[in-house]
Amino acid sequence: MNLRGRKIVLHDNSLRDGMHPKRHQISVEQMISVAGGLDEAGVPLIEVTHGDGLGGASVNYGFPAYSDEEYLRAVIPQMKRARVSALLLPGIGTVEHLRRAHECGVTTVRVATHCTEADISEQHIRCARELGLDTVAFLMMAHMVDPAELARQAKLMESYGAHCVYVTDSAGYLLPDGVTARVGALRATLDPATEIGFHGHHNLGMGIANSLAAIEAGAVRIDGSVAGLGAGAGNTPLEVFNAVAVRLGIETGVDVFKLADVAEDLVVPLMDQPIRIDRDSLILGYAGVYSSFLLFAKRAGAKYGVPSANILVELGRMKTVGGQEDMIEDIALNLAKLAKL
Amino acid sequence: MRNNLATVKCAIVGSGNIGTDLMYKALRSEWLEPVWMVGIDPSSEGLARARAQGLATTVDGVDGLLPHLDREDVRIAFDATSAYVHPQNAAKLAARGVVVVDLTPAAIGPYCVPSVNLAKHVGKREMNVNMVSCGGQATIPIVAAVARVQAVAYAEIVATVSSRSAGSGTRKNIDEFTRTTANGIEKVGGARRGKAIIILNPAEPPLIMRDTVYCLTEGEPREDAIRASLATMIAEVQRYVPGYQLKNGPVFDGKRVSVWLEVAGLGDYLPRYAGNLDIMTAAALRTGELIAREMADGLYGQTGKWS
Repeated sequence: MNLRGRKIVLHDNSLRDGMHPKRHQISVEQMISVAGGLDEAGVPLIEVTHGDGLGGASVNYGFPAYSDEEYLRAVIPQMKRARVSALLLPGIGTVEHLRRAHECGVTTVRVATHCTEADISEQHIRCARELGLDTVAFLMMAHMVDPAELARQAKLMESYGAHCVYVTDSAGYLLPDGVTARVGALRATLDPATEIGFHGHHNLGMGIANSLAAIEAGAVRIDGSVAGLGAGAGNTPLEVFNAVAVRLGIETGVDVFKLADVAEDLVVPLMDQPIRIDRDSLILGYAGVYSSFLLFAKRAGAKYGVPSANILVELGRMKTVGGQEDMIEDIALNLAKLAKL
Repeated sequence: MRNNLATVKCAIVGSGNIGTDLMYKALRSEWLEPVWMVGIDPSSEGLARARAQGLATTVDGVDGLLPHLDREDVRIAFDATSAYVHPQNAAKLAARGVVVVDLTPAAIGPYCVPSVNLAKHVGKREMNVNMVSCGGQATIPIVAAVARVQAVAYAEIVATVSSRSAGSGTRKNIDEFTRTTANGIEKVGGARRGKAIIILNPAEPPLIMRDTVYCLTEGEPREDAIRASLATMIAEVQRYVPGYQLKNGPVFDGKRVSVWLEVAGLGDYLPRYAGNLDIMTAAALRTGELIAREMADGLYGQTGKWS
């Protein structure tokens, strides 16, 4: 694999995807501290939002310690070089949320839909472009559809105005060949000026290998989370990926040692539990289930006395998609009823 | 088929999923007679189906219908286009005295969720009534059933529909859906604050519409009264949507009341999984029938004297 000289934008997700394992309770002080460390290490893009994006504050996904606006207004003025992004899932957040995030100073918005539903993002992508934002489209659960269909969906998002389209492995299910095929299909279909990104989860331990496969197939933006702080078994651990990338001669502009310090000194201490491939996270990756379902399944399993693994397998069997957290307690209730029969 | 001679003629504007499903239901109505289907796409399947049922059709939008209103004595129109198009349609039809039942989330007129507030629309002579959204029709009755027992500080709904049942109008109007539904949860459901989430799921075979309702009560939930109120309300909705079903709950967790629903349709147009179409079209039809009965009673003035 010769990736020498490739220029890659690293995008940290620990303060957004990392909100899932923190049950959206990261404090403003912690946000400022971690974001400051990432900025100092040279990470160019940092995402700050509720785990489920702007407007995610809810019974269904969890109420956060602070509003998106409070987080963004606290973090953005502290940044010396890094730019801050926000995530938006149409159906949960709206263009009003997007406008407010823009007023708070985000430079990048990432509009995320399920991999077959790109056409619900038109309003939001167009609005982001009108606001002059760096506009990124996010095709989630990308393993659930074949590369050709994924490329068709990406083309729609490009037609609405997306500067960059992501292959998003929300379940941490993809293996490198699957990443190569999907990123390759997008690269062959999209305008050469449209960038491609890859967002991985580490449920099968493939975050780094998958990200390298993505770069080889043409991706220029790579997501990760410092210390892996993200849903499921976490995202691609950013400090590890950066070290690998530097050894391969990929230009990230991020300091290996400073980023390792952020992981060790700032992020690991704030974890509520180790971010690792435990049994349930493994099932997420193996069965192709949305990573942020993990803690909900654990809680519902404990509440109703059913194995959380069984809940996750059922979520996979039902082909649930991102955002269907409401089905977790419903399934737990059904499994508990069956157990009584 | 029709026993009632005093039917009111109506037009269906929009030949997509919702308009087509509504047509089949209206063809069975004792009070309404669908005579026009309005579309914009000559290759629309809905228009072909309308012609097969003997309806007149146009591909020129509402403008194609306007010249025929008087001769045909069309007095009610159902708008199943999109929130972006509805305001123009509504203005053109209102100018001609046609009462509009709005199935888009444009929400110009007052909200109607029949099981909750149909009685409040009686005798009002409203010229435009809004049906909120499919998710609103499925969930607002549940919010109202809790709110009539005790104060609801916050209600949140998650509506999951199959991708196949979400047509282009729905897809372009995702924000309007969440906004209008949240508003309906407050104004009709009676929650102090409302939030709505919509999810499209492409699974094959398609999933039956699922709706989850969370209410946060102000005081401790009065469990028995809430259970009884929910049972009554669900039976009321089942009168016009027989496939409306409680799947789980109510679960009481502190002040949180959770209810899981499934909505199966009659399969008039799309198969039974598309309960989101049925709950919308059946509610709109009930509303339209109320207006038709009031017209038959002379409440809206004499027939054919509009222009």
